[in-house]
Amino acid sequence: MSGFDVKKVREDFPILHQEVRGRPLVYLDSAATAQKPQAVIDALVRFYQHDNANVHRGVHVLSERATEAYEGARETVRRFINARDAKEIVFVRGTTEAINLVAQTYGRKHIGAGDEVLITQMEHHANIVPWRMLCEQTGAVLKVIPVDDRGELVLDAVDALLTERTRILAVTQVSNALGTVVPVKELTRRAHAKGIPVLVDGAQAVTHFPVDVQDLGCDFYAFSGHKMFGPTGIGVLYGRKELLEAMPPYQGGGDMILSVTMEKVTYNRVPYRFEAGTPNLEGAVGLAAAIRYLEALGMENVAAHDRELLAYATQALEAVPGLRMVGTAREKSAVLSFMLAEVHPHDVGTILDREGICIRTGHHCAQPVMQHFKVPATSRASLALYNTREDVDALVRGLHKVLEVFQ
Amino acid sequence: MSASDDLKDLYQEVVLEHSKRPRNYRVVEGATAEAAGHNPLCGDQLVVTLKVEGGVIKDVAFQGQGCAISKASASLMTGAVKDRTRAEAEVIFERVHKLVTEGPESVDVDALGKLAVLSGVSEFPARVKCASLAWHTLRAALEGRGEAVSTE
Repeated sequence: MSGFDVKKVREDFPILHQEVRGRPLVYLDSAATAQKPQAVIDALVRFYQHDNANVHRGVHVLSERATEAYEGARETVRRFINARDAKEIVFVRGTTEAINLVAQTYGRKHIGAGDEVLITQMEHHANIVPWRMLCEQTGAVLKVIPVDDRGELVLDAVDALLTERTRILAVTQVSNALGTVVPVKELTRRAHAKGIPVLVDGAQAVTHFPVDVQDLGCDFYAFSGHKMFGPTGIGVLYGRKELLEAMPPYQGGGDMILSVTMEKVTYNRVPYRFEAGTPNLEGAVGLAAAIRYLEALGMENVAAHDRELLAYATQALEAVPGLRMVGTAREKSAVLSFMLAEVHPHDVGTILDREGICIRTGHHCAQPVMQHFKVPATSRASLALYNTREDVDALVRGLHKVLEVFQ
Repeated sequence: MSASDDLKDLYQEVVLEHSKRPRNYRVVEGATAEAAGHNPLCGDQLVVTLKVEGGVIKDVAFQGQGCAISKASASLMTGAVKDRTRAEAEVIFERVHKLVTEGPESVDVDALGKLAVLSGVSEFPARVKCASLAWHTLRAALEGRGEAVSTE
């Protein structure tokens, strides 16, 4: 792997260099939120120390700098996902808000009683509940692509579920609970063949491998800054310009208008029409810094590291007695969800925590996935570019400790 | 205290034993009250059934799924409140609640009897809800609130 040295990468993340509970921290919960490199932390500090002002309105020098930083971040995001035009990048709070935005603008305009919204059994609640709400508001029907016992989508079921009433397909690119990588390009091709637009939840994808929205062909793509080593409270909705331009506004307020009288409001152009109020300026600046950090490492290198470590971790965990992997898709990203013998995931989590190992336990905001696998919860270790084989080895030792306590 | 001492306090033998073989894991026949409890964060769910006669809890049982702490706490609870009056059960509830939130220093541990094994929970703030779920559900059943109790 040229130019990728995980030891050096770790040096960029100050939070990793601490002891917790008297042991070196082992952070295996990046699918929940990722840690931040010094470059991102510095960008936030620099913005507040030098450039902070409101954007798009001031004539003064600071406002110019802040506007440049904010719009520069938009261009950085465009480049990162290879969108055609920076106007196709809408800054939002995160993936959740991006999906709600599409459901409440595009959805409210184009989806009515008896129409169908197609999602999958493996969606995060963020890609279920906004559609459920839309269905309750409009009388539309929520349809679901099933998952098989490996945690892969049943692709044979897809064509029959894409009906003449389907108005949108909303699908995750990587399952946060199972790690399954979904062939969203192929799904988009099939949906488009029937004239159905596609929204992709990329929250767990952009951090692990290169994403090219033009190549995927999807109409909307949503992701969060905090899972890709950027700040919380900033995220992105990519939308094809033709669609965004035809969509009604989301929230009302300053910056999203061209003119306001008490009788009439003229809305601003995209993307500003969807960014009411003072935006999360430092968040956008921090996100751009995270992207530059990833670009410097090279997303191909990141992908290779994550792939290699996932293979190592899968083998290591499967050798732990009584461990059953939940989600064994042929193509997976850096998530290992599992059950350990008869031990409840929360007890696993507590014992690992005392060993300084952070994992997530619970339903991972994907209760329909838990229902499919008939488990109340799982333990989930998730890997990122700063994780090492030593982290995996520590996890395995921790799991043996759990078995010892519960023998 | 070292990390592993904390763990030993939380997962005491008695706790592990009760979680593996919970007592009164059934539905009370001819129950006069019941309530369901749910911890939405972990997905823990249990149902407590009771038979109260003349103000005394004549029988109490639970069923459900959860972690070792929540199962052990429910199991220990059924033993502790059986044949107690409502008022006595309420006093025990308050003591256990204090024990798991504030620690053993804040309560008369001797008065707790077997329930004292839950003292380790206070060192694990994330697990207080696990230990409390059965108790909140019991209280709801005693107060005639049959609807699901949530720890959130």
